[in-house]
Amino acid sequence: MSPAREREAAPPTGAAGPPGGREVLTGEEIRRALKRVAHEILEGNKGADDLVLLGIPTRGVPLADRLAAAVAAVEGTAVPTGSLDITMYRDDLRSQPTRAPEPMKVPAGGVDGKVVVLVDDVLYSGRTVRAALDSLADLGRPAAVRLAVLVDRGHRELPIRADYVGKNLPTSRSERVMVRLHEADDAEGVWIA
Amino acid sequence: MKHLLSIADLSAEEITRILDTAVSMHEVQDRQVKKLPTLRGRTIINFFFEDSTRTRASFEIAGKWMSADTINLTGKGTSVSKGESLRDTVMTIDAMGVDMMVIRHPASGAPAQVADWTDCAIVNAGDGTHEHPSQALLDAYTLRRALGDLRGRHVAIVGDLTHSRVLRSNLLCLRALGAQVTLVAPPTLMPSGAGPWAAADGFELSYDLDAVLPTVDAVMMLRVQRERMSGGYFPTAREYAVTYGLTARRLGLLQDHAVIAHPGPMNRGLEISADAADAARSLVLDQVSAGVAVRMSILYHLLAGEGDAA
Repeated sequence: MSPAREREAAPPTGAAGPPGGREVLTGEEIRRALKRVAHEILEGNKGADDLVLLGIPTRGVPLADRLAAAVAAVEGTAVPTGSLDITMYRDDLRSQPTRAPEPMKVPAGGVDGKVVVLVDDVLYSGRTVRAALDSLADLGRPAAVRLAVLVDRGHRELPIRADYVGKNLPTSRSERVMVRLHEADDAEGVWIA
Repeated sequence: MKHLLSIADLSAEEITRILDTAVSMHEVQDRQVKKLPTLRGRTIINFFFEDSTRTRASFEIAGKWMSADTINLTGKGTSVSKGESLRDTVMTIDAMGVDMMVIRHPASGAPAQVADWTDCAIVNAGDGTHEHPSQALLDAYTLRRALGDLRGRHVAIVGDLTHSRVLRSNLLCLRALGAQVTLVAPPTLMPSGAGPWAAADGFELSYDLDAVLPTVDAVMMLRVQRERMSGGYFPTAREYAVTYGLTARRLGLLQDHAVIAHPGPMNRGLEISADAADAARSLVLDQVSAGVAVRMSILYHLLAGEGDAA
């Protein structure tokens, strides 16, 4: 099973409870990690000017909202957020049943000339990010694109890396990483099984 | 889902999935770069043995926006006019290795027949007086955008029902989505089996448009298909317009939130007056704009996956 497909093995939508396995991040640790990442984003960008946070559905979207709230708490300025659906840009569409795309939400100001931070829960093969970059190119021309992820579990298949990482998690390919966020699920934390 | 031949083949869930996907596709229409890479390398033939403006154009645009290669063929100007049979024509095209054929044909059932002959995905873009499923899906999409959930909503379908393929598809689609439907037509243009069907399926029939209009959330006017009429279905066009046309006077009978739909092409002054066609509550152009999004969604569900979603 290719890693891209394994990622799909987790239900793409719908609430899920604690998945079992070993808990590697608690809700409290997620909160601290996101707060640090928010600071790092502000540091890297020298402030909140021209920032746009785009979450990749499903769980990248609430993470982007949380990062925006953390940035607002530090800088006192609201950062536009949105969601970037990549279903139509996947490279494995033909190897699985079609799924309904998630809604796309781009902030009113667009992405031209902005510093776009893509936000996702788990960085694995890098194929999702590749699709997100293609999708973004069709929306406009950002000044720069950065990548923030909650968990980097390694095993990249493309020359892609994250700029901001909540937690580096060494894994084997046979393990599964499961993220639960209370906006989408009935639990909060990261588990490995 | 391998083919789209009839709304009857779709479950309510599948219809909803196509409409939900169309919402995402609609957003592409407002972009500067109207292109998705989803169907790159796929080939779609639009085979139109009957005239069409919006269906053919929107299937072609939908395919192009999803990066498929789309080719249009018509009955005229192909070997069909030299007497080649439908089977030989589609087998020839199939041998070229296309992935999908979008077929409009004057004979009811022709796309289903073609689906038996070839391996490629078939979309029925209107067959005789049988069905026009993509039109019904875009009508449902447009109504859903205007009215919200269609469950319990009351839709009147009015006009030349006997010759309408849009009627059957729309009736099946609206019923599957839980809407209440009333068919309104002069007795001569009410399909012959409508009575038993209505009794079995629980929709209404009426010959009195004035009585129905005040109760509907949407009224769908169907075109009087003069090209399919050989005999006297009604005395004069004027009399039809007065008794069954959506005139300026009848607009006043509608509830404030009620909307008007027409699949086009319109006979202005016959089944629909200019006042109704151009009213703020008229969805005619919304239907056309939705046509591309809904057809993109159809192409996506038929061609993008491994094909076992059904």
